[in-house]
Amino acid sequence: MLDGATPSVLDVKGLKTVFKTRRGEVHAVNDVSFHLKAGELLGVVGESGSGKSVTMMSLIGLLPSPPAEVRNGTVMFEDQDLLTATDEQLRAVRGARIGFVFQDPMTSLNPVFNVGFQLMEPLRKHMGMNKSAARKRAVELLELVGIPDAARRLKDYPHQFSGGMRQRVMIAIALACDPKVLIADEPTTALDVTIQAQILELMKDLRDKLGMAVVWITHDLGVIAGIADRVLVMYGGQVVEHAPVRELFKNPQHPYTHALLQTVPNVRGKREARLEVIEGQPPILGAPPSSCPFRPRCARAIARCEVENPLREPVSQGHDVACFHPVSATEAQNA
Amino acid sequence: MLDHSDRNKLVSVSGLKMYFPIHTGLMQRHTGDVKAVDDVSFDIFEGETLGLVGESGCGKSTCGRAVLRLYEPTEGSINMGGTEIGKSTPRELRPMRPFMQMVFQDPQASLNPRMTVADIVGEPLQEHTDLKREDRLARIYELMDAVGLNRDFAHRYPHEFSGGQRQRIGIARALALNPKFIVCDEPIAALDVSIQAQVVNLLEDLQKEFGLTYLFISHDLSMVRHIADRVAVMYLGKIVELAPRDGLYDDPKHPYTQALLSAVPEPDPTAHDSAERTILTGDVPSPSNPPQGCNFCTRCPQVLDRCRSEEPEFREVEPGRFAACHRLNE
Repeated sequence: MLDGATPSVLDVKGLKTVFKTRRGEVHAVNDVSFHLKAGELLGVVGESGSGKSVTMMSLIGLLPSPPAEVRNGTVMFEDQDLLTATDEQLRAVRGARIGFVFQDPMTSLNPVFNVGFQLMEPLRKHMGMNKSAARKRAVELLELVGIPDAARRLKDYPHQFSGGMRQRVMIAIALACDPKVLIADEPTTALDVTIQAQILELMKDLRDKLGMAVVWITHDLGVIAGIADRVLVMYGGQVVEHAPVRELFKNPQHPYTHALLQTVPNVRGKREARLEVIEGQPPILGAPPSSCPFRPRCARAIARCEVENPLREPVSQGHDVACFHPVSATEAQNA
Repeated sequence: MLDHSDRNKLVSVSGLKMYFPIHTGLMQRHTGDVKAVDDVSFDIFEGETLGLVGESGCGKSTCGRAVLRLYEPTEGSINMGGTEIGKSTPRELRPMRPFMQMVFQDPQASLNPRMTVADIVGEPLQEHTDLKREDRLARIYELMDAVGLNRDFAHRYPHEFSGGQRQRIGIARALALNPKFIVCDEPIAALDVSIQAQVVNLLEDLQKEFGLTYLFISHDLSMVRHIADRVAVMYLGKIVELAPRDGLYDDPKHPYTQALLSAVPEPDPTAHDSAERTILTGDVPSPSNPPQGCNFCTRCPQVLDRCRSEEPEFREVEPGRFAACHRLNE
């Protein structure tokens, strides 16, 4: 864990993203704030539609506009607000100082170019390397992510790699220009567990070696428990809880986090006779929230939840929660 | 099997092989086979849930489909409730269809977007029964109640439902003809965590209510631990281990099962510090060109010389527990 003195490399405040559709607006991200310190791994968990990917895409202007519109907020990265930056300035940041790894390695690699070309492209664009220097660096990168026989494989096309190897290539591309921040959007979701274990080990290893900050988006609490330093829990386009990883798993305060931890079965330890469920469906965000988005599914909802959207309030050091009626520590242990 | 001797075998599969031919060259000659399922044998007892786990490409879905005769198996016998269907013709299979049904992985792709819920759930009734229109509608409502769908939605189309609700439609369709045996092929893989639990609980309730037998295919080891009574682990077209649930999770015998279980990340940060993980190197070999000897010998951390030349036999290592590994024969 890092101390409070380390400066943030990325500071997001009050981010708000709205999609305009024919049926009206969809408020996908509502007032999301977080910061990221050098060398730390921030896990972002949430179900599909909770706004975790859209948040990260909005940061670096990867959402097509229209329909997306970033309404509000600031994203400070190295003394520059990325939301007001020009396209050219953004291009200089993307792929160079902020790397991105997407969920599906098959659709994010270009099938008509060989892997070597795709690896060398950012090196030549951003770092101004010539062809031979870029090739040398590309081989290094493939070796770094554990692809055997790297020099020969540069000429191979994405379809000649297996799923796990393709994801390694994606990670190599994202790391090509020594980024300060790496954003990984569900990088292991499309992979098998044994391959996922390999990628997780690789990421831990790389982070220690290269000292970059990582944002890791996932819906898998097991992955988060193994890899993150701090965790943001998102629901309905908002951050509902934020805590250091141990604190979050030991002492979840938001009813959603608490329920989420209960619904996941385990491969070890006690086997529950029946799974706990969160009844109902995630919300559709047609308007800015005027009440707590989790309220219809929440067992602990009180009258106030109907009329007011809770703000994130600190409960202990580095732990904050957006709830009027949080689960207390003793209750969490008894449950 | 000892502890199951008093129970009825509902489904009995032996020596099932499902090869897909590879044709290459100008003459499209048959040059090899993808051995998707290669000599698999197992029994499923009445009222139980057999979990079938493995990584993608290991042949678990093909196995499930071959058991229901959605494919033409290359070899092997399938005994379904006393009837041998391994070599049956489509005409002979038709009267067997109400007995065995399937729930598919992707509820989006397995529901016809141009049919309403009532059409979808009613189609098997139309094909296999001679119910009158009103009776059929009554049965459709009954099924919708059973899976927790509001009757008022009977005349809506699949796109109007969420993923979890669509999966409920698929389950209602599978239940329409009062089957005994249902193959659930990754029924929760496409759903969110909180919705997964809802669907799994529904499947368990229906099993109790209608006395169903499931073959539950999944790559999610923790969910299989929850729902299955016995678990079969597949690797590269073969079952490497088959055991009662608690035995398999507490004391896995086969090195592949051990590695697979240790690769599942636990939702508990403290466990991650102490856990000793077996991380497999490399990828699964191609099923068109499996390695000599044991299929797992290229990645096995405990490999012996023998494993590279001789294929281990799938045998009973302890009462009720089967595994295929040379290490266990010593």
